[in-house]
Amino acid sequence: MSFWEYANPVKFMGLSGRLIPVLSVLTALCLAVGILWGFFGTPDDYKQGSTVKIIFLHVPSAMIAINAWIMMMITSLVWLIRRHHVSALAAKAAAPIGLTMTLIALGTGAIWGKPMWGTYWAWDPRLTSFMILAVFYLGYIALWNAIEDTDVAADLTSILCMVGSVFALLSRYAVNFWNQGLHQGASLSLDKEEHVDNAFYFPLLVCIAGFVLLFVILVLIRTRTEIRLRRAASLQARNT
Amino acid sequence: MLALFTRDLKLAFRSGGGFGLALAFFLIVVMFVPFGVGSDLTLLARIAPGILWIGALLACLLSLDRIFQLDHEDGTLDVLATSPLPLSGITAAKATAHWVTTGLPLTLAAIPLGYLLNLPEPAYIWLFASLAIGTPALSFIGAFGAAVTVGIKRGGLLLSLLVLPLYIPTLIFGAVSVTKSVDGLNPLPSLILLAGLTLFSVVLMPFASALALKANLN
Repeated sequence: MSFWEYANPVKFMGLSGRLIPVLSVLTALCLAVGILWGFFGTPDDYKQGSTVKIIFLHVPSAMIAINAWIMMMITSLVWLIRRHHVSALAAKAAAPIGLTMTLIALGTGAIWGKPMWGTYWAWDPRLTSFMILAVFYLGYIALWNAIEDTDVAADLTSILCMVGSVFALLSRYAVNFWNQGLHQGASLSLDKEEHVDNAFYFPLLVCIAGFVLLFVILVLIRTRTEIRLRRAASLQARNT
Repeated sequence: MLALFTRDLKLAFRSGGGFGLALAFFLIVVMFVPFGVGSDLTLLARIAPGILWIGALLACLLSLDRIFQLDHEDGTLDVLATSPLPLSGITAAKATAHWVTTGLPLTLAAIPLGYLLNLPEPAYIWLFASLAIGTPALSFIGAFGAAVTVGIKRGGLLLSLLVLPLYIPTLIFGAVSVTKSVDGLNPLPSLILLAGLTLFSVVLMPFASALALKANLN
């Protein structure tokens, strides 16, 4: 038994078909508990009032937005090296989800920013690099849609994802150089140096778990759809 | 490699249009700015570094699809790909030719255009330096975008969508170094970072472009 067995589409379909119901229940549970606990079970912040509770949507979606790109980077690399179709399709499936998460993070941030910073948008490094991330997602998705040959499309988007990762990272630090920040520091960290209060921390962790699970099942479902599309296309090609 | 480079240069100079177009575009963009924001000289001086950098960047973008498109259509690229020269060498030669025919003239043209926008005196040398250092990065990154979209019919708009995000760091470092010199600050740190970015692109982007070309030519 090796991990690479699931590069076989049949095995992947079998496993993911069995996983999705279980994961869906877990996701619903985590999201329901996390958001209800976060929204109704935590106190108001002494400075921010109840607006602080948007953290339960903002932080997880921002985390997924970045990590979706990293996941695409890894699956693209797997496609380039080992040429497993499932891997390329998983990268394709993750891109629109990543874009949506980026937009959710920007949107919730704007809603929070209006009462707190007095503006929906500021050219702050973090905000700007998220907008840049959204543009990278757009380019990646557009390239997938523009090419008919699926193998060539997978090749080119994988290469774009690799190169894009490097330049997205460069942009991330270049914007730091270009403007001073308004955004607060990290809400979470492993070494507890810089941290939100425990009252917010635990429901936030549940929410993050919920978002990660949501991302996983969405990617699985979309990858299954892509595999079925491929199968349908090859059946059609055989019939004509 | 040298032969390919001189061939591309000759084609760019002789076939007309291609060479002068980017310059004319740059001139028009700069001319449009006072129409858009008014002819207030202090305001123009304030935004001149950004306008000149964005104008040069867009003018460079305009001619990118010429790097591979024509050679792909008439089959030259397939012949080149089967030659003993590695694909990365081909893309490097073509990107260099693109820089000589686009980036270099744009750098020179930026000086008089800077005068039109009332760019303050001390900034000229930094404008020239930042464009001279930064435009090779634009050509080499752009060649990658051109290599990715070479097989796509009417890929021009897609090319812009792919390449422009990759240009962000170059634009930031380039424009910041000129702006700092206008404000009397030290522009050297951003200029050095820009030089690093250019060296990085010149060394590594040909390999990425070659990978993309290979995927497209199969």
